[in-house]
Amino acid sequence: MSARKTVEHIKNREISATDHLKTCLKNLEQTKHLNAFIRVFEEKALDQAANLDRRIQKGEATGPLAGLVVAVKDNINIAGELTSCGSKILNPFKSPYNATVIDKLESADAIIVGKTNLDEFAMGSSNESSAFGPVKNPHNENRVPGGSSGGSAVAVATGSADVALGSDTGGSIRQPAALTATVGIKPSYGRVSRYGLVAYASSLDQIGTFGKKTDDAAFLLQQIAGYDNLDSTSADIAVPDYNVSLENVKGLKIGVPKEYFAKGLDNEIKSGVLSIVEKLKTDGAEITELEMSSTEYAIAMYYIIATAEASSNLARFDGVRYGLRKGDEDGLIEMYGQTRSEGFGDEVRRRIILGTYVLSAGYYDAYYKKAQQVRRILKNDFDKAFSACDVIVSPTTPATAFKIGEMVDDPLAMYLSDIYTVSANLAGICGISLPAGIHSDGLPFGIQFQAKAFNESILFKLGNYIENNL
Amino acid sequence: MSVTIQDLEKIANLARLKLNEEEKSKFLGQLNQILEYVEKLNEINTDGIEPLSHSLDLVNVLRKDIEQASLDRNKALENAPKKNDAFFRVPKVVTK
Repeated sequence: MSARKTVEHIKNREISATDHLKTCLKNLEQTKHLNAFIRVFEEKALDQAANLDRRIQKGEATGPLAGLVVAVKDNINIAGELTSCGSKILNPFKSPYNATVIDKLESADAIIVGKTNLDEFAMGSSNESSAFGPVKNPHNENRVPGGSSGGSAVAVATGSADVALGSDTGGSIRQPAALTATVGIKPSYGRVSRYGLVAYASSLDQIGTFGKKTDDAAFLLQQIAGYDNLDSTSADIAVPDYNVSLENVKGLKIGVPKEYFAKGLDNEIKSGVLSIVEKLKTDGAEITELEMSSTEYAIAMYYIIATAEASSNLARFDGVRYGLRKGDEDGLIEMYGQTRSEGFGDEVRRRIILGTYVLSAGYYDAYYKKAQQVRRILKNDFDKAFSACDVIVSPTTPATAFKIGEMVDDPLAMYLSDIYTVSANLAGICGISLPAGIHSDGLPFGIQFQAKAFNESILFKLGNYIENNL
Repeated sequence: MSVTIQDLEKIANLARLKLNEEEKSKFLGQLNQILEYVEKLNEINTDGIEPLSHSLDLVNVLRKDIEQASLDRNKALENAPKKNDAFFRVPKVVTK
């Protein structure tokens, strides 16, 4: 049942919030070994559901997400609960405040079922860098679910939650959505408040949503989007109604950039994605070939910009204000070093070192400034593309889910799995991944549509259309 | 440009990270591999291109200078590994 319908049924008393939550908790329990959750709020969630049921019985007004079961990535703060970011360094950190998105979920009467596993500080594409162990892909338990929001993707894929919140810095929502046959949207930069999201790379990070279907992701985004004066990078732009559909796709202009279908892409994924494009064409969409030469440089830019920002953002984890503290007896500088070395895992340390290097005296212009200049060229490429088309289509990932452990010692190979997703973050636009089929290896793959900033509606319209008509 | 073990030690120290010998050699190889890859940006001519730091057209977002409530001090101190009354406690900084 869709998220929208679920809430309707709960409000009409066709099902109780408690029974619905219990179904999710049962699914969660049965798939516990996939390690999607770091913490489950069973008791608290059951109390909330019972309370909601009482209010509904009394005929009281309830919020727009009444009884909807939501999983939350464990880099988003919930007041009074631990936030781990998948790291040892925050053990323990109990958030003294709510992220804005959590305030919104609570006032909408959503039920938060638990905090989901993630790559440490959202750095990774496989969920293997978590200090709480890897998450397994429900389609094949020897495979990764993608990352960094792998736990949120698996929570939705297994029915442990109706919908989930994730964060996407270079593909961390869309890539796991593709690898688990769920829908994931990375909204435009500034669409959702990041107040209370632990920062990784501030010019790229964005909170987004997962659902089983497009409308589920849209329904949740509707409630969390909008301006927030606690986040100075949130955009003061009205949020349109995301309950949208398309009668047909006649005249819709779909751009196909040849660089997104070049070498390195799995053949079956390529033909699977192109067959969807072909069907849309048959239904009346106009297909435009695009040239976006900066695509090839997106990963290089990303790993300079993201690591530079990370090295600065993660300086706050120093053992003074929260979390782990080691080496107190050896003086302040030594305490910093011991705390950070024991607290951070390999991938986080690697990125901090890379980021510190590219920002260091003598290298700033060659790396950081250069990457920012190429970033403008990439953004101009997108501006130009969107003057010729409404959406840009591509695969979400070049391959299906890889084996757990396969790439841990080859960070560059892992980075390249984000080749089709990082550009949206660099350009600040929005992108959605939809299930596109099952590969002969038995694993799902995704199709990505990107649209210009603050045009999420077109992605939802198209996603709904594909689900209903193709 | 290639990073040496001395460069790596210097950077790790700047970032307040400690690496053992095994980690140093592993990270050094990986770091150089990544840096070699990102060199490809030099294929693009960026003369006269203004750097882009973020995608929104925003500069200096300010609010009115009016007093607002902020996080309660005791709450802010709740997570501190060590504290003294109203303060975070750190190891001794000045030595004799």
